[in-house]
Amino acid sequence: MPSFVNPEKCDGCKALDKTACQYICPNDLMVLDKEQMKAYNQDPSQCWECMCCVKICPTQAMDVRGYADFVPMGASVVPMRSTDSIMWTVKFRNGNIKRFKFPIRTTPEGEANPNGGWDNDPDLDGPTLYTEPESNGLDAVWTKGGA
Amino acid sequence: MQEFTTETVETDLLILGGGMAACGAAVEAAHWAKKNNMKVTLVDKAAMDRSGAVAMGLSAINQYVGLKDGENTIKDYCDYVRNDLMGVTREDLVANIARHVDSSVHLFEKWGLPIWKDDKGGYVHEGRWQLMINGESYKIIVAEAAKNALGTENIYERVFIVDPLMDGDRCVGAVGFSVRENKFYVFKAKAVLCSMGGAVGVFKPRSSGEGAGRAWYPPFNSGASAYFTIKAGAEMTCQEVRFIPVRFKDAYGPVGAWFLLFKSTATSALGGNYMVERRPELENWQPYGAVKPVPANLRNYLMMLDVMEGKGPIYMQTAEAIQRIASSEEDPKEAKKKLKELEAEAWEDFLDMTISQALLWAATNIQPEEAPSEIAAAEPYFIGSHSGASGAWVSGPKDLAPDNYFWGYEQMTTVKGLFAAGDASGASSHKFSSGSHAEGRIAGKAAIRFLVNEKHDGINYDEAIINGMKDAILKPLKTYEEAQSLSTQQDVNPGYILPKMFMLRMQKLMDEYAGGVTAQFTTSKPNLERALELLDLLREDSDLLGANDLHELMRCWENVHRSYQAESHVRAMLFREETRWPGYYFRTDTPTMDNENWSVFVNGAMDPASGEWTFKKVPIEHVFN
Ligand SMILES: Cc1cc2nc3c(=O)[nH]c(=O)nc-3n(C[C@H](O)[C@H](O)[C@H](O)COP(=O)(O)OP(=O)(O)OC[C@H]3O[C@@H](n4cnc5c(N)ncnc54)[C@H](O)[C@@H]3O)c2cc1C
Ligand code: SF4
Ligand code: SF4
Repeated sequence: MPSFVNPEKCDGCKALDKTACQYICPNDLMVLDKEQMKAYNQDPSQCWECMCCVKICPTQAMDVRGYADFVPMGASVVPMRSTDSIMWTVKFRNGNIKRFKFPIRTTPEGEANPNGGWDNDPDLDGPTLYTEPESNGLDAVWTKGGA
Repeated sequence: MQEFTTETVETDLLILGGGMAACGAAVEAAHWAKKNNMKVTLVDKAAMDRSGAVAMGLSAINQYVGLKDGENTIKDYCDYVRNDLMGVTREDLVANIARHVDSSVHLFEKWGLPIWKDDKGGYVHEGRWQLMINGESYKIIVAEAAKNALGTENIYERVFIVDPLMDGDRCVGAVGFSVRENKFYVFKAKAVLCSMGGAVGVFKPRSSGEGAGRAWYPPFNSGASAYFTIKAGAEMTCQEVRFIPVRFKDAYGPVGAWFLLFKSTATSALGGNYMVERRPELENWQPYGAVKPVPANLRNYLMMLDVMEGKGPIYMQTAEAIQRIASSEEDPKEAKKKLKELEAEAWEDFLDMTISQALLWAATNIQPEEAPSEIAAAEPYFIGSHSGASGAWVSGPKDLAPDNYFWGYEQMTTVKGLFAAGDASGASSHKFSSGSHAEGRIAGKAAIRFLVNEKHDGINYDEAIINGMKDAILKPLKTYEEAQSLSTQQDVNPGYILPKMFMLRMQKLMDEYAGGVTAQFTTSKPNLERALELLDLLREDSDLLGANDLHELMRCWENVHRSYQAESHVRAMLFREETRWPGYYFRTDTPTMDNENWSVFVNGAMDPASGEWTFKKVPIEHVFN
């Protein structure tokens, strides 16, 4: 289901230096038409339908339309991502609707501490990595002769 | 052609890629670099928050050994991996990852990844090694820790890496270009970690037209790791091992939760269970046919035999599985509740990692609790971290590696100063997301140790060579511009070939001669030799690639990268004169497994100067027993 942009909702990210969809697409597909100030997918045939663009668009201008080579028309899957959870609305071709809500993270955004609180100082020569063995939950890193 | 400025960045350790392995390397290397006054720089072709195979999220962590609770031993994991790869595995590498992987998982949890817990506070297992997660933001969380460790000033996003920089036999950096502005990048480094993922799009996909991007593996991992290590002259291993996942048909939604968590079965259209009916076939692939779980390629193979006999479509019996679990609750109210829970779990499995499968189900009005759903084998991919094994041949750890698998620094390739991890390193399959992260950490530490031990101020950068690389890398823009007037059409021009058609040409020949979908995954010596002839012509035409903007320039190089993965795959299949992984590929001229002669690694390297390949057998040594 390649992504597409609803021209009524897209505001070109208000002409900031980079648009959100262009910033995030892992395949570099989203571009901004500077004359219209609307974004578009420059090569739908390379779209992975990961929805990274849909999730990040600040105006909910983006959606996907199922890959035409095998997905019948009429269904939709719409995410609403917040800081700690995501809401999905799945609309079936026959009109049925299902909604799901799942957590996405347990900590405040931006605050992941690289050492997870296990700040220690192992030896550069041994097999023990930074944060180990505490981060393993063990007294020592396993070695062949050991436990 | 417009002017391109050259931007030079000098650093100590250069991390290529921003995926799971790179993020692991970043957190680990940042610590050791700080202690030793060194600089670490990371380059990703995309935005780290959503780059690589985990861009969409994942619904499971596929490698967790559970050492702290005594759930399994390191040897258990090695046994599992070796058997699944039909005996061809570096146990020292697998054991090294296995002893560190739990700590990566515990770090993920601290960083904020929700891992499912049972009533007693333990992790919910999908299978023996797999943990269930709410993984929509898995990559964002892992990247956040990496970014916090490195500092954003040391991270370059949207820079596409093309080639290695060499000083004699040592790798001393990388070159590439920005896909956002007219800038050519030269990264000068004292050590380089290659972790740019695996490759998709080498073979023709089953999907077509606007759906062509729907492969199981993400279209943005295009063989950069294989190309980079091959071009540096590194010895490669297991290049004949491809991965063909069996997934829900067309959208490639995951089947792991169905098989492992819900204990579902798959049947032919006639209702027969191929895993039961075709059990005698496993006799032909001993001793691996007898292990549990049955190796992934053999499971594929049994299913393919049904398909080839016309017994398809093949169905995952989802309704049966769900009803069975729900009906184990005696209280009807509880049973109803359970059914609801299972339904949400089933949908989350897709929504977290293959959203298009959810859309396909919705578009075809499938309710898994009511009707079965089709599964099928996808096309071949190259991914050293999942159930494939292709990648660079790297040193093992001092305490575990047999002598001939050890040359000083874990994860260092046979090229001095060049390390590899994740999909980029071979013969250490089944590391998945968590093990790739752990392997990145191992590599990150080893690379800093290398830098501390082997000081080298006299690295020589030949500016003439670097300028030559700049011209060669930007050439498709020039070719396009110069030939434009030869045709009224942008896409059909005698002076250039656009990257898309170059890719389709490669995919067609690989599909037909090298055992793709259309060839029912079969090939043979004459077919492989023909593939090489055609690849040779394709390689010559890579000189004529044309690009009209930076995006297309990236597409040009992605496909050149893929063509090297293609060639090394064909050559390695040609060298291994047996069929070891039916279900991944079948050599019709050597249709059986030959344990006598081929219980070995197939390693090959390309001489970067001449382009000549040499292959050899390397004995398989065991760490245990
Ligand atoms: C569909 C799918 C489902 C999976 N499911 C699971 C699962 O349930 N559980 C699990 O544990 N694992 C799963 N895996 C496996 C897991 O995703 C991989 O093992 C892991 O991501 C490998 O890490 P990596 O760092 O090698 O590659 P990636 O994480 O893919 O990272 C590659 C990086 O390289 C960058 N890159 C590529 N080319 C270039 C270039 N030329 N220049 C600069 N940067 C470049 C990319 O942008 C990216 O940042 C799944 C994989 C796939 C594809
Ligand atoms: S993110 Fe949304 S609003 Fe911004 S340019 Fe893209 S589609 Fe338009
Ligand atoms: S769905 Fe994914 S691949 Fe497609 S345009 Fe959006 S971000 Fe890019």
